[in-house]
Amino acid sequence: MVLKKFALAAVLLATTAMPGLAGKADDTLNWATDREVSVVDPYYNTARELLIMGHMGWDGLILLNPDSGDYEPLLATSWEWKGNTAVEFDLREGVKFHDGSDFDADDVVYTVNFISNEDNGVLTFSQASWMKEAIKLDKYKVRIELHEPYPNSMAYLSNEISIVPEGHYDDAPKGPDGKPDYGAVAPVGAGPYKMTELKSGEYVLWERFEDYYEGGAKGTPQIGKIKFRAIKENNTQIAELLTGGLDWIWDVPKEQALRMADSGQVQVVNAKTLRISYLSFDVDGSSGQDFFTNKLVRQAVAHAINREAIAENLVGPASVVINSACHPEQFGCTDDVPKWDYDPEKSKALLAEAGYPDGFTFDLYAYREREFTEAVIGDLANVGIRANLNYLQYSKLVELVWEGVPPLHHMTWGSSSIPDVAAITSHFFSGGQDDPAMDPRTAEALKRGDTTIDPKEREAAYAEALSIISGELYWLPMFTYTKYYAFSNDLDFVPTSDEIPRFYSAKWK
Amino acid sequence: MLRFLIRRLGLAILVALSVSAITFSMTYLAGDPAIAMTSENASEAEVQRIREFYGFDRPVLVQYVSWLTKAATGDFGQSLYLKQPVGDVIFDRLPTTMMLGAFALMFALALSIPLGVVAAVRPNSLIDRLALLLAVVGQAMPSFWFALTMILWFGINWRLLPISGTDSWANFIMPAVALGYYITPGVMRLTRAGMLEVLRSDYIRTARAKGVSSSSVLFKHALRNAIIPVVSLAAVQFGFMLGGSIVIETIFAINGLGYLAWESIQRADLPMMQAIVLVLSIFYILLTFLADVINAWLDPRIRSA
Repeated sequence: MVLKKFALAAVLLATTAMPGLAGKADDTLNWATDREVSVVDPYYNTARELLIMGHMGWDGLILLNPDSGDYEPLLATSWEWKGNTAVEFDLREGVKFHDGSDFDADDVVYTVNFISNEDNGVLTFSQASWMKEAIKLDKYKVRIELHEPYPNSMAYLSNEISIVPEGHYDDAPKGPDGKPDYGAVAPVGAGPYKMTELKSGEYVLWERFEDYYEGGAKGTPQIGKIKFRAIKENNTQIAELLTGGLDWIWDVPKEQALRMADSGQVQVVNAKTLRISYLSFDVDGSSGQDFFTNKLVRQAVAHAINREAIAENLVGPASVVINSACHPEQFGCTDDVPKWDYDPEKSKALLAEAGYPDGFTFDLYAYREREFTEAVIGDLANVGIRANLNYLQYSKLVELVWEGVPPLHHMTWGSSSIPDVAAITSHFFSGGQDDPAMDPRTAEALKRGDTTIDPKEREAAYAEALSIISGELYWLPMFTYTKYYAFSNDLDFVPTSDEIPRFYSAKWK
Repeated sequence: MLRFLIRRLGLAILVALSVSAITFSMTYLAGDPAIAMTSENASEAEVQRIREFYGFDRPVLVQYVSWLTKAATGDFGQSLYLKQPVGDVIFDRLPTTMMLGAFALMFALALSIPLGVVAAVRPNSLIDRLALLLAVVGQAMPSFWFALTMILWFGINWRLLPISGTDSWANFIMPAVALGYYITPGVMRLTRAGMLEVLRSDYIRTARAKGVSSSSVLFKHALRNAIIPVVSLAAVQFGFMLGGSIVIETIFAINGLGYLAWESIQRADLPMMQAIVLVLSIFYILLTFLADVINAWLDPRIRSA
């Protein structure tokens, strides 16, 4: 009798304890990252998870094809530049929003004019501030006017500018401070998936939008439901993936990814990303440790670090060493710049020539992948340069960088997934608060590149700036980042280097 | 007794205020929340705009006084990240953590008190040695390692229990065991030591001489006195579990207060962090107060102290 009770309890436990059917069996793609998402709005949440969901729930005017590098029609069917500061779009007819309303030029005008208005507190304002206004030309034609020529305009239009229905934010609830709480407005887009359930901090459920139009660059969505969950702990994500509770994870640590790949239980892919790693030197001595104002010392650092070994052994097979202050896949990036190969003996000689035959001790600041920074510290120690590591939160480190505190900082930059050097080189070397050198030569060349839409002129201008940056060693570009993805054997999914998983084009095998 | 409790309560409130003031100022060391809120390529001017919009540019003292004044009326402000009233979010997630803590405490007490009693009744026996071994292992084993080991066996290999989330009561089994096991050794040792001391006392010897049954001596006379310090410890440990469940909630993806605290630190969500610390401080006060009341009920001598 007791045994029977125990067996019954065990069966009850097993049947109630296991998660419900997931994945291919109930046509739900379960994915997880380490960050919770509670605000589902493309303009009031800057998390990458929201960018990913943004592509599911909202459509922009155009879409970048990551394979060809071409912009393809989405809500716009065609477009034409009218000089350097205006572009006109013909809009698609017959498109519906998730609330059943029809899409037309008024929606584009409303969206553009709302997000480019500083008073509305859009968190991604820098991605919209280049637009002066949108003007309706007819029901399905709009013109977007720019303040001045802007090289990233099409990239932002394809990635970040999601169209919402006219009047979408007008009835936003008031927050405790009495201001409109735009992030609390229920999400409505015209994308291939519609948000149907949000449990704050736990999951966001999307369902295929059955009225999604045909003929757009995103194709026709295949999978019925896409559910996002927040699972902070990496090991738990892996355990859920292996037991069928999840179908897709990323940012898997290399060792665990390799072990999973060997097991054959899931698919593992190491894919490129647009993020790069770099060292930035205190060129003007503002930190109070003036070692790196001496170019010979900067050269010694560059020759001391074995970037190949770090990329190969720590980052992943898709990682490559870079010599320019940009990602090789970005428009305008060139590797035809001065290079600094791994040569510890030369490094020691340069240190001696600079007056530091016994090396020196300095403060190194970093915030991400501690093991990569520790490898740098180890290489520097081999030539006598001793680094005290100051490992901080990103927001704190950026504050210190703006104050000029770090003598050397190890950083990364993802360019907001924009495949153009204007999203990185122009950001850092045009004389702004992030510019470590304030070299008028780079600022002038970059301005030339940033204020024309002629590709050849842009390439030439950027090549000049990149050559100065590498030659003077304001930065030591290190390597490109990669990501390990792991996903169910049932899932047909292809990663892209812009780190925006296209779940809308995934399908079951 | 009443004066003693009022004095203790007053002191505890002062402690809670001090903790909140220190936390308020220290959270600014974690980084500029305006930078954490904006996108990667935001300029300093844009960050300044966000700073002004949310009032982060005011002196810390002014911000603290403003926050405390509102907090006194139950308004903890709005989460910078979740864009929801902080109070709503906390009281939405508190029950999950309370439930986890209660399950963990129940597991810990159910395991440790009987073990402590048996170990005391049969000192140096095999069961006593096993109980002590359990205590040593429990104290030496990090809770995250224990949690991951359970996931490996019960979640992956045998597929008996769900690994993450809060979908059903079964989701709480592994986290509660992992969290509760951590405090088991302390409670078990204290029960054992208390029972050993009480069992050697004169009144127990007298009770036995009067022919009182062994079970009555053990549970009615001995355990009631031996358990007094255990109550205090359990109350403190419960408070510890509420605040210290960060690791367990993170591993098992339980969306409670611990997880929320960890996430809020990472995304520099100042209003959320400050309110969580205040709420947890108040819980500590209430639990300690409750322990004093229970002890007074168990031991009438305390009432007249």
